[in-house]
Amino acid sequence: MCLAVPGRVISIEERDMTPMAEVDFGGVKKDVCLQYIPDIRIGEYVMVHVGFAIQRMDEESALETLANFEKLGILEEEFGDGFALAAQQAGEPHVLDTEESR
Amino acid sequence: MKYLDEFSNPDLAKKLVDQIHEVTTQPWAMMEVCGGQTHSIIRHGIDQLLPDEIEMIHGPGCPVCVTPLEMIDRALAVASEPGVIFCSFGDMLRVPGSSADLFRIKSAGGDVRVVYSPLDALNLARENPDRQVVFFGIGFETTAPANAMTVYQAQRLGIKNFSLLVSHVLVPPAMSAIMESPTCRVQGFLAAGHVCCVMGTHEYPPLADKYQVPIVVTGFEPLDILEGIRKTVIQLEEGRHEMENAYPRAVPADGNKPAQEMLNDVFEVTDRSWRGIGVIPQSGWKLSHKYREFDAEERFQVTGIHTAESALCRSGEVLQGLIKPHECAAFGKECTPRNPLGATMVSSEGACAAYYLYRRLELVGS
Ligand code: SF4
Repeated sequence: MCLAVPGRVISIEERDMTPMAEVDFGGVKKDVCLQYIPDIRIGEYVMVHVGFAIQRMDEESALETLANFEKLGILEEEFGDGFALAAQQAGEPHVLDTEESR
Repeated sequence: MKYLDEFSNPDLAKKLVDQIHEVTTQPWAMMEVCGGQTHSIIRHGIDQLLPDEIEMIHGPGCPVCVTPLEMIDRALAVASEPGVIFCSFGDMLRVPGSSADLFRIKSAGGDVRVVYSPLDALNLARENPDRQVVFFGIGFETTAPANAMTVYQAQRLGIKNFSLLVSHVLVPPAMSAIMESPTCRVQGFLAAGHVCCVMGTHEYPPLADKYQVPIVVTGFEPLDILEGIRKTVIQLEEGRHEMENAYPRAVPADGNKPAQEMLNDVFEVTDRSWRGIGVIPQSGWKLSHKYREFDAEERFQVTGIHTAESALCRSGEVLQGLIKPHECAAFGKECTPRNPLGATMVSSEGACAAYYLYRRLELVGS
């Protein structure tokens, strides 16, 4: 859970007095808070950890890292359904994976 | 070198491995601090590509693993309270408390939810004004800015039914504690790259100097780790002990200033207990006075916690690099990811789980 994942900023808006972005992680899109990288622009890449941009990154290294992470299954682990994953690890694949984590 | 073709750039990987072999003339033991790095090393068999002289000691850098049992028990108690919505990152769900885990609390009717970002928990609080929403704020310096901002927002937006159960830990004091231990064998460190994205690198030169160890800031991808090891070995062989940044594409020397300012506002440094290790002075954060009203420990007075750690589990020794996971008698027998006795068997960043996932056949047979 300590990993930060690079993604591309696709839109920026202000919400609750806070700059927020939609960020694309190789197809998965997430809301990301830009409080700590306020001057980033659309099209640029950021390192994101638990919904917060913590560093900027150049496109080439970002794409390379993203491709690596995808190959290693890290993206799925990061953005997948936490309950389904835990249930699976607990050896109870059918108990909770149909249940919405609400 | 059966693993090399799995690397994103096998040629470069081979070059780095060859260079490490060339420069190594004597035994060295180095520690990768971060659990993400441990996972990468075991998964890719990086330690098996290295010269026999080089030993990788797996450090305590998995926040899931070091969150103290007492804090897990407190989380379980709060999550069981009627009216509470308890939010956490997914990897905390199966960390064993003294008698249950969050997953079981949910099965027993507790409202436990997994969120991607702590801001999602704050939104839940806003949508459920008649409920108490608690977020389990664990993690190292990488994660702390997200939790700090969430508390800052709760105060700024006047969201009173939100609180944070804080168990943040800091990497540099843990490195000091490891070096101060009489049983310490560590001669060099790979420092955790994403911690440095936030904090920068300035905390490490004094440590490198004080303990006479090279500290190389390293990323998480297999090639990053090989490069970190290469730089560390070169320093060791040349008798140098400096901080080097081998991950400059993500780590500027200053780190992230706005994040550091937020951390200074919302948190203050405190002693923290690390699961399996014990109390390390000044090794964590708690909410600063200004934000005390959002402290879940104050809001929910949980009493009567009697912690009971598994008698078989040796995760404390694993976390300090004193034994390797398979040297624990319960490894792969009483203790598996399906039925973990210790936190290091839960998270894929925990050394026991990494060994189980990628090494169990060769280590304990099938
Ligand atoms: S294998 Fe299991 S019981 Fe042994 S140290 Fe690791 S977590 Fe503890």
